[in-house]
Amino acid sequence: MSSYEARFKVWRGDAEGGGLEDFKIEVNDGEVVLDIIHRLQATQTPDLAVRWNCKAGKCGSCSAEINGRPRLMCMTRMSVFSREETITVTPLRAFPVVRDLVTDVGFNYTKARQVPSFVPPADLGPGEYRMMQEDVDRSQEFRKCIECFLCQDTCHVVRDHEENKTAFAGPRFLMRVAELDMHPLDAASESGLDRKTTAQDEHGLGYCNITKCCTEVCPEGIKITDNALIPLKERAVDRKYDPLVWLGSKIRRRTS
Amino acid sequence: MATGTEPELNSGGVRTPTRAAIAAPHLRTDRWWLQPAATAGGLLAFIVYSTWRAFANTDYYAAPYVSPFYSPCLAENCEPMRAGPNWEIFGGWWGLSPALLILIFPLGFRLTCYYYRKAYYRGFWASPPACAVAEPHKKYTGETRFPLILQNIHRYFFYAAILVAGILTYDTVLAFRDEHYEWGHMGLGTLVFLVNIVLIWAYTLSCHSCRHIVGGQLKHFSKHPVRYRMWQWVGKLNARHMLLAWASLVSVALADFYVYLVASGAFDDPRLF
Amino acid sequence: MPVVDRQEWDVVVVGAGGAGLRAAIEARERGARTAVICKSLFGKAHTVMAEGGIAAAMGNVNSGDNWQVHFRDTMRGGKFLNQWRMAELHAQEAPDRVWELETWGALFDRTKDGRISQRNFGGHEYPRLAHVGDRTGLELIRTLQQKIVSLQQEDFKETGDYESRLKVYQECTVTRILKDGERVSGTFCYERESGRFFVLEAPSVVIATGGIGKSFKVTSNSWEYTGDGHALALLAGAPLLNMEFVQFHPTGMVWPPSVKGILVTESVRGDGGVLRNSEGKRFMFDYIPDVFKEKYAQSEEEGDRWYEDPDNNRRPPELLPRDEVARAINAEVKAGRGSPHGGVFLDVSTRMPAEVIKRRLPSMYHQFKELADVDITAEAMEVGPTCHYVMGGIAVESDTAAARGVPGLFASGEVAGGMHGSNRLGGNSLSDLLVFGRRAGLHAARYATGLGERPAVDDGQIDAAAAEALRPFSAEGPEAGTEETGRPPENPYTLHQELQQTMNDLVGIIRREAEMEAALKKLADLRVRARRAGVEGHRQFNPGWHLALDLRNMLLVSECVARAALERTESRGGHTREDHPTMEREWRRINLLCQPTDPTGGLAATDPVRGQIRLVRETTEPIRQDLLALFDKEELVKYLAEEELYE
Repeated sequence: MSSYEARFKVWRGDAEGGGLEDFKIEVNDGEVVLDIIHRLQATQTPDLAVRWNCKAGKCGSCSAEINGRPRLMCMTRMSVFSREETITVTPLRAFPVVRDLVTDVGFNYTKARQVPSFVPPADLGPGEYRMMQEDVDRSQEFRKCIECFLCQDTCHVVRDHEENKTAFAGPRFLMRVAELDMHPLDAASESGLDRKTTAQDEHGLGYCNITKCCTEVCPEGIKITDNALIPLKERAVDRKYDPLVWLGSKIRRRTS
Repeated sequence: MATGTEPELNSGGVRTPTRAAIAAPHLRTDRWWLQPAATAGGLLAFIVYSTWRAFANTDYYAAPYVSPFYSPCLAENCEPMRAGPNWEIFGGWWGLSPALLILIFPLGFRLTCYYYRKAYYRGFWASPPACAVAEPHKKYTGETRFPLILQNIHRYFFYAAILVAGILTYDTVLAFRDEHYEWGHMGLGTLVFLVNIVLIWAYTLSCHSCRHIVGGQLKHFSKHPVRYRMWQWVGKLNARHMLLAWASLVSVALADFYVYLVASGAFDDPRLF
Repeated sequence: MPVVDRQEWDVVVVGAGGAGLRAAIEARERGARTAVICKSLFGKAHTVMAEGGIAAAMGNVNSGDNWQVHFRDTMRGGKFLNQWRMAELHAQEAPDRVWELETWGALFDRTKDGRISQRNFGGHEYPRLAHVGDRTGLELIRTLQQKIVSLQQEDFKETGDYESRLKVYQECTVTRILKDGERVSGTFCYERESGRFFVLEAPSVVIATGGIGKSFKVTSNSWEYTGDGHALALLAGAPLLNMEFVQFHPTGMVWPPSVKGILVTESVRGDGGVLRNSEGKRFMFDYIPDVFKEKYAQSEEEGDRWYEDPDNNRRPPELLPRDEVARAINAEVKAGRGSPHGGVFLDVSTRMPAEVIKRRLPSMYHQFKELADVDITAEAMEVGPTCHYVMGGIAVESDTAAARGVPGLFASGEVAGGMHGSNRLGGNSLSDLLVFGRRAGLHAARYATGLGERPAVDDGQIDAAAAEALRPFSAEGPEAGTEETGRPPENPYTLHQELQQTMNDLVGIIRREAEMEAALKKLADLRVRARRAGVEGHRQFNPGWHLALDLRNMLLVSECVARAALERTESRGGHTREDHPTMEREWRRINLLCQPTDPTGGLAATDPVRGQIRLVRETTEPIRQDLLALFDKEELVKYLAEEELYE
C-alpha cells in the first residue's frame, strides 16, 4: 500500500471571520477526502468541526466544497487529485457558517416546511392503495434525494443573491413539489391546493433559469432539471401561460 | 455595512457577511471557463453566419434544393421554385429578405428552448458562468419578469417548429428530383438534406415541451399506455437534447451553405443517380 | 454554575431514527407535547443506511404468508431466545405499520397489480420485505420526517407556531436522564453547535438511540452509534438485557481500508448473488447447521431453481440467517481460502445481466464503483463480516416498551433488547422500529398525560451533569491525590481507537474466555485513562469534546458486552464461543441482565476488577402454548429444554 504526504488548505473560522489554513497530512491508498479530514482531527486539529455521518454517500451530511466544487467529502476519492495538487476544502458557501466546515443549513428546513405535505385520498384507507410501478417511477427518482443540499448550495439564485432566499425554495424543494404533483394518489387538488400554480407563486419556480448546476452536483445522479424542474415549469405553463386560460381569467377579473 | 457597497441591493452573494469569509469569487481549479466560452463561441459563429445569410436574399435556390433558411418563402419577391415552398401570403409589399419572415419561428423555438436558455444564460450572461462560480450581477430575478417571463411560451414555438419541420421534410422530398425536376434522382445535396431533416426532427421532438405534451402532463401513465410509450421514447431523445440542438444547428447551417455553394456556382452538386 | 435553560414537554424522544420519529408522531397524535432530540441533523439518522426492506407479512407476493409464519421465522432466527410476546406483536402489527407509511406519502416498489412488492431475504420463508430498490431506510426516514413536518404544518395553522406541539432539537446530545426519586423528570442536554447546556423537563422519556457499533473497529455503523441510550438507561437505573448478542453482518466491504465495514446489502444474495471462496467454490453448502438442514437446498442446482420456483425447491444456503453466514465466511478466511483483502467473493456479475443489476441494486453498484473502483456487473465483490447490530439492549415490557424499574422511561428500536433474541433477521429491524416506536410513543404519551403532577427536576442533578460534561476541558494537569500526577491528558481519539481495536480483537465474532478476560482488563485501563481525556479549544462545535463525552457510554456498553459474553458459556446466534461451540438448551431460558454497580448512577467506582457493571441471571417466562403450537414437535426439541416441553 502506498502512502504520500498531501498538501491541504482547510477553511477554519466562524461567523466572525476565518481563513484557509495549510496542512501537510498523510494519505493512503483508497482514501477519500473525509478520511483525511478525520486524520487531521485525530493528529493535528482535534477541534476541527466537520459534519458527517454514514461515510457511504447515503446520509448527505458531509457536504463541503472541494477545490471550489460542491461535493460530498465521503464520496470524493483522493485518487482523483494528483499528488502535487493542493486540495482546498471549504464549507458550503451559500449558507451561514457556524464553525470550520460546518454551516447553518436551517434555510433548507424552513423551505421544507413551506411545501404542503402529501394529501392522502379521502376514500382510501391504509392497505387499499394501488399504484402502478410506472406511475411511481418519476416520484421515486426524486425520493432518492439524500438532502445533502449541494444543489441548494450551488444554485446561483440564492448562492449569489442572498435576498432571493425568501422567495425561492431552491431545487431540492421545487423537486419536492414536483414529486408530490406526480404522486399518483396525492389528493391536493381535491383539497383545493393546486401545486402547479403554487410552484410558481409561492416557491419561486420562475427564478430558476435551468442552468443545471443542481443536476451537475447531485451525488445521487437525479436529473433534477430535466425530470423535475422543467416538467414543473411546463405544468405551470399549463395553468398560467396558456393564452386562452389567461384571457379567460383576465376577463373574469374585469367583470367581477 | 462598509462604505462603497449599495445597501439597497443586499447582494453580497458568497461574500455575504454571515458566510465563510473567503474573498475569492470561486476556488475552482479546473478549466471551468472552457465550456461557457466554447458555447458562446459556437453560438456567435452561428449568429454571424445566419445573419449574413438571412439578409443576403440571394443564392438560396438551386433546383431542386431550397435553403432551409428560406423555406417556406412567404413573399412575392421569392425566387420561383417549381412545386416548391412558395406561399405568397405577404404579397408584394415585403421588400426585405423573405428569410426574415420565416426565420422568426425556428429562432423563437431555439431561443426559448430549455437547452439554449442554459447555454446563453451561462455563455453570454454569465448567470452563472459555471457552477459555484460567482456571477457578476448585483440583482437577479430569473424568469419571473418581463421579458424573460416570455420564455414560458416555448410550447407555442414548438407547435410552429413542427410545421416548419414538416415543410423542410417536403423540401427534402423535392430534393429527390434532379435539376430538371425529374423524380427519382439523388445528389450529394439530397444526402445533406436528409441528414439535416432527421436531425431537425430529432431535435424538435426531443423538446421538453413535447415531452410534456405527449405524456409528461399525465398523472397516471398506467391509464394511457400509448402516451406512456411515446413519453418514454421522447424521454430517450430528450436526454440527448443538447447534442441534438448542436447537431441540428450545424446541419441546418451546412444545408444552407451547400445550397449557397451550388446556387452561387462555386460548387457543382455531384449526382449519385 | 451558570443558569441552564429549561423547557417543559410531555414526552422527550431521544433519537430521530425510525423508532424515535415513529414514537414522536404517535405521542403527538395522542395529544402529548413532544420534543425529539438528536445528535445529527433531522433526517440523517442511521436508519437511512438500511437497504433491504421492511419485513411485514402482507402476503402481496406469496399469499401463503401471514403473521404466524413471520413469528416462526423470527423465533427461529433468534434461536428462541426472543421475548416471544414482542415477536408476536411485531409480526402481527408490521403490515399495518407499513400500510400507514403509504398514507403518509411513502412510495414502495410495486407488484404487477399495484400493491407493495416484497422481496426475499435471509431467514424469511416467503418474500416479505417491502422495499424501494436498495434504499428502503431512506424512504422510511424521509416519510417519517415528512409526516412530522406535516403535523407541524397542522400545528402552525392552529397556533401560528410550527413547533408548538412537536419540536426537533437537532444536533443536540443528551448526557443524563434526570430523575425525581424513581421517576423520570427530564433530560440534560447540550447543543453541539454552541456547546450550550439545556434541560428538557418531561415526565416521559423515550430512548431510541440505536446501537453500539462504534465500539468496534470494523462496523457498518456511523459515528452516532456510541451506545448513548444504553448508557443513559443504565445510569438511570434501568437494566440492559442480553448484551452479548452482537450481530456481525456477513457482508461488509473489506477494501479499501477506509471503507472497511460499510454494508453490502443482503438483497444482493436475496436477488441471486452467491458466495465463493478463493477456489471458486460455493462454500455455504458446507455450513448448513442441523437445525436448518430440512429448510435449505443441498445442491447448487436446487438452490438456483428456487429463485424461479420457490414452492417446489428449497432456498440456497447463502440465505441462511446472518450469524450462520458470518461464521462461515470467518471460517473460510481462517482456513486460507479467502480473497486477496481478507474476505470472500460475493458475485452477482455471473448471475444477472448488467442491466438488471443496475436496476435492482443501484446503490450497491454506485457504492462499489465510487468507493472501491469495482464494477459489480463485471467482477465479484470482496466481502467480510462487519459489526452491524446489537440484539441486546434496554430490558422493556413487551407491550408498552417501558423500561424496567424506571417509571417514565421507554425504549424502542435497536436500543431496546429482547425482540430479536440472539440474532436478528434482515428486514425485521425496520419493522421493529415502526411497531415498537409506535408503542413506545403511545405509552409514553399515556403515562405523561395520565400523571397527576409533573415530577420535579432537581438542581443538584443538573449541576452534577454540567460538571461531568465540562470535565474534559479541565483534564489538563494532575488530578489531586492520584498517582498519575504530572501525566498529560489523554487524546480521546487515541482512546477510541484502542477501544475499537480491543472489542474487535477480543470480543469479536468468535470469542474465547481468556481473550474476554483480557478485554475486561483493557477496558478497566481505558476507563481510568478516559477520566483524563482532555480536549483543546472551546465548546462550540468541538468534535474532540463530543467524542470525550461519548467515550463514557462506549466504555460502559463495551463492558456490558464483554461481561455478558464471558458469562454465557454456549454459542447461540450472535454469540459464538470457541470454547463452548454448541447451543445449550438450558441456556435458552436464561437472560443476562446488566446493572450498574453503583445504583445511584455515579461512575466513581472504577475499580478495575469489579468494574461498573454487574450481571444478574433471570429465567424467562415460558412461551405461550398457542404460539408453541405453531412449531413442529421435532423442531422444538432442538431448542427447548426437557421440562419446557412437558409443561
